[in-house]
Amino acid sequence: MIRFDHVSKCFSGHTDALSEITVEIQDGEFVFLIGPSGAGKTTFLRLLIRDILSTGGKIFVDDWNLNTLPAGKVHLLRRFVGTVFQDFKLLTDRTVFENVALGLEILGKGDKEIKDRVLDVLELVGLAGKQQFFPLQLSAGEMQRTGIARAIVGGPKILLADEPTGNLDPETAWEILSILQEVNKMGTTVVMATHNASIVNDLKKRTIALDHGILVSDEKSGRYRAAAKHQKKP
Amino acid sequence: MSTLATAAKHIRRSPYQAMAATTTMFVTFLLAGIFFLSAVASAFILQYFESKPQITVFFADKATREDADALAKTLESTGKTSSTKYVSKEDALVIYREQNKSDPLLLEMVTADILPASLEISAKEPKYLADLVPIIKAANGVEEVIYQKDVVDALIAWTNAIRLVGGVLTGLLAFNSILTIMTVVSMKIALKREEIDVLRLVGASRWYIRLPFILEGGLYGIGGALLSWVIITLLVLWARPVLLGFLGMIPPFGSILLSPAATPFILSSLGFLGGLLVTGFFLGSVGSLIALGRYLKF
Repeated sequence: MIRFDHVSKCFSGHTDALSEITVEIQDGEFVFLIGPSGAGKTTFLRLLIRDILSTGGKIFVDDWNLNTLPAGKVHLLRRFVGTVFQDFKLLTDRTVFENVALGLEILGKGDKEIKDRVLDVLELVGLAGKQQFFPLQLSAGEMQRTGIARAIVGGPKILLADEPTGNLDPETAWEILSILQEVNKMGTTVVMATHNASIVNDLKKRTIALDHGILVSDEKSGRYRAAAKHQKKP
Repeated sequence: MSTLATAAKHIRRSPYQAMAATTTMFVTFLLAGIFFLSAVASAFILQYFESKPQITVFFADKATREDADALAKTLESTGKTSSTKYVSKEDALVIYREQNKSDPLLLEMVTADILPASLEISAKEPKYLADLVPIIKAANGVEEVIYQKDVVDALIAWTNAIRLVGGVLTGLLAFNSILTIMTVVSMKIALKREEIDVLRLVGASRWYIRLPFILEGGLYGIGGALLSWVIITLLVLWARPVLLGFLGMIPPFGSILLSPAATPFILSSLGFLGGLLVTGFFLGSVGSLIALGRYLKF
């Protein structure tokens, strides 16, 4: 379970990136985090992996209070919460297999287990047969599949996806979405930040809308326009 | 990938930096090793000379055994002697004959009467010699006093000089080695910043990220130490005949240098290698740890 309790985040010299956010996400949910650029979506996700600390309020992930979590235990949180990035963050000097295996090597798993598990996950994300490719030999969609495979290979309970379809064409974006839905069906909580209106509107999942750091709506079966209507005109 | 494999990959992918680090370590350990062996050798030489009778007191013909015993008693009462040994005229003749047995001409005219009785004295520490000599000179029946103060003093001075120069040079080189390793590892950290960030985001512990860098520094140290050991061992083997002639009578050198295939030489050499490797790994790791402390703060 994820719980934000009056959470604020203020970057020095700037206005609040998040302001008094209170929200709960239950285990196994699929949640869209929507809002325009600068709404605070990425800040929301970065707080969840303790990449940054909140300046107000409390954040709980499962039994962890992220405000008091010691620095030496942050890696345990990040094994519990997998992350998919818009820019993939793949290591270009490692093959697809090696990139994905990273998520298991850090857990100290044996070679046999790593091989079996990585091949299973690559099959799940549709990259079977491409394990020896380097990232630069892949399409953007394949790179994102690799990123998802790396994020889920260690079996996290929560998967955060920060604009995972942001760099992809609509067809590929839907393929990525179906993988995330598959992961969600296996019991993993998925929180996905997105700009993609058609995906949000078609899937009719819970939608948390942010605008200028403020929670503007939290709908069980939301639509993208729910957030859009709160956007300030330039 | 294991930590060791990751460290080996880091080294393989930047061979020139690795060569620079290992060469610096090699020079450090070559000089440190030579100075260390010199210091150990000089300590053994000093110990050897210190264990020999440092004062020999020759008595006049009129002096009696009682005079010698009284002097020995007086000296022992100071608490500054470790041993005293009386050598009678007859004992002196036996020693003389033994030393000159290959030259019958020298033996013909010599009898016990013309050789002096003597007292061989060892001080607990060389610095006591100066205190003992006046007591001896004031004793009855003493004709001549010979003592090795000058030899021992010179040896102490040399040993101290070797320790000081070796210590300072080794310290400077060790400092330079740590700086080199630190620079190399810092560059690696900068080059791998992206990889480190990804590792952190996917949940790698701080030691999972740090250990390959520490191991890398340690491997540079081990490489340098191993190379220096090979060169020093070859030098010792090359100089062995000369060293054996020069230092062979001193117990540890005689047995160690006698044969390179014998246990004493092999054990000493392996012990020296072990010491170099441990120190090398330690120095390299310290360099890496400093770099990590400065450039990998999380």
